[in-house]
Amino acid sequence: MILEVNGVEFRYRSKEVLRDIRFHLDRNEVLAILGPNGVGKTTLLKCMNAILKPKSGTILIEKEDVLKLEQIEIARRLGYVPQRCECARLTAFDAILLGRMPHIKWNITTEDVMLVEATIKRLDLEDLALRYIDELSGGELQKVGIARALAQNPKLLLLDEPTSSLDLRNQLDILEIVRDVVRKEDVSAIMTMHDLNLAFRYADKFLFLKNGTIFAAGSISDVTPEIIREVYGVPVTIRNYMDIAVVIPTP
Amino acid sequence: MTAAEGDIAGRYKEHTGKKRGYILAGLVFLFAIAVFSISTGSVEIPPVDVIRTLAGYPASDTWDRIIWSVRLPQVLTAIVAGAGLAVSGTVMQSILRNPLGSPFTLGISNAAAFGAAFSVIVLGAGNTSSRVSDAVTINNPYVTTVSAFVFAMLVAAIILVFARIRGTTPEVMVLVGVAMGSLFTAGTMFLQYFADDVQLASMVFWTFGDTARASWEELGLIAVIVGAAIVYFTLNRWKYNAIDAGDETAKGLGVNVEKVRLWGMIWSSLVTAIIVAFLGVIGFIGLVCPHMARRIIGDDHRFLIAGSIVMGSLLLLCADTAARTMIQPYQLPVAVLTAFLGAPTFIYLILRGRRI
Repeated sequence: MILEVNGVEFRYRSKEVLRDIRFHLDRNEVLAILGPNGVGKTTLLKCMNAILKPKSGTILIEKEDVLKLEQIEIARRLGYVPQRCECARLTAFDAILLGRMPHIKWNITTEDVMLVEATIKRLDLEDLALRYIDELSGGELQKVGIARALAQNPKLLLLDEPTSSLDLRNQLDILEIVRDVVRKEDVSAIMTMHDLNLAFRYADKFLFLKNGTIFAAGSISDVTPEIIREVYGVPVTIRNYMDIAVVIPTP
Repeated sequence: MTAAEGDIAGRYKEHTGKKRGYILAGLVFLFAIAVFSISTGSVEIPPVDVIRTLAGYPASDTWDRIIWSVRLPQVLTAIVAGAGLAVSGTVMQSILRNPLGSPFTLGISNAAAFGAAFSVIVLGAGNTSSRVSDAVTINNPYVTTVSAFVFAMLVAAIILVFARIRGTTPEVMVLVGVAMGSLFTAGTMFLQYFADDVQLASMVFWTFGDTARASWEELGLIAVIVGAAIVYFTLNRWKYNAIDAGDETAKGLGVNVEKVRLWGMIWSSLVTAIIVAFLGVIGFIGLVCPHMARRIIGDDHRFLIAGSIVMGSLLLLCADTAARTMIQPYQLPVAVLTAFLGAPTFIYLILRGRRI
């Protein structure tokens, strides 16, 4: 078990956003956080690496409580890819090199540069390496963001809607990359998602949020049309197509 | 397409090497301009003799005196002030995530100008007397300087207090800065309305920033503050890069964004306040030079900080030399020229630029 979340509660000013969140995640697994807009998916993701501070609860990464760690220590364990990344005039290489920041003391070492190069090759970004990121497309930028998070050498990747505003090809590419990395390296991933079909195709575990708490959780076999109807208020059927679960809203 | 082992890293090293090259070339150019600047003026001194005098082998006592007590301090003041204003602007633009971030947009210079006016009217620091170079002198320059400094830091403090209450977001800082700027401009106008001719002349004179105003001691003080700020900014260069990628990315990389923003503001305000307090208001260097440097070496603060320092020094020194020699025997204060140069340059950057 790499991650264990116990009784996390988050308030925004006096408004309760999340309560009694508890789940755990195993090594080499992808978890998708699902639920309607505004239910607190992104908030939960940001609580995971203490960008937002939960009011109570514990978040254990390999038995260490994230909420008791220094920010830089957290950054050595968790890589975070926000939904949108601001673009300065940096090359993709520079942007990915930024992921080494939590490990850098005074200046980058040859090791850092080699690690970035390896990450670039790992994600097939050779052609982008020396291009300026303010000239990249949305899909390319998202890959650079993931590469930066991977350069942090994290135990856990957090991705906030990694496929939003991407075309079909890039959606599949990005999720393929995430799953591939999680399978082959010593890392797990949590991502918030809207597209149920993509989630079912690429994630191993699912967390449905409703009214600020976990409504249902489990693997694909635990997901029923009733859960989806309850969470999203839409009646659906789930079909199996070539071993992939497909959600179809019923008319 | 797969690249050979180490190929990307090699190309990347070439890429960063080029940026180092630009900075080095800028430094060499700066040195050349500095020698040229020292050699020109009402008394022309050949560049060779300038270097000889600086090395301690003066050809004549007069030249020795002109160089060491008049021209060198002014040239060094231009270099140090240009560096300080440009580096403050660079850091403010990053931490406020706003291309318009600069000591002037944030009202710090306006507050300093108010402080100077305040000292003239209320503290009675203004006077006129005839000197060779200036028609007006300020009676007690230190009262004016301290007063300008206090008001500049007051605005920085107000911006920071608001940031504390409403959260250290770029919007809050910029908006409070703009409000403070207008408030102090109004305050200055109020004081000017009630000033007599002499006081008005002193106030207006002070707002023309002039590098000839600093003595060696004052230059030393400015240099210490600017130097310390540059060291601090350089230590934080990675953090500014991270903040450029967005607050959330920066936090995910372990950067305490609020703290970096707070201390960045404190240091850059301090640098601005000390420069404006001793030299008067010198416009546009803090806004334009960072953008010029960005266009040449990009937004990577590992190189941008050094790049904008060189650019700021270079631009202010050129402007200063031009202002000093353009309409001889008059020596214009440099601020007149930076505003003339700065505004068109800035508009040119906006028109030409892919973005500013």
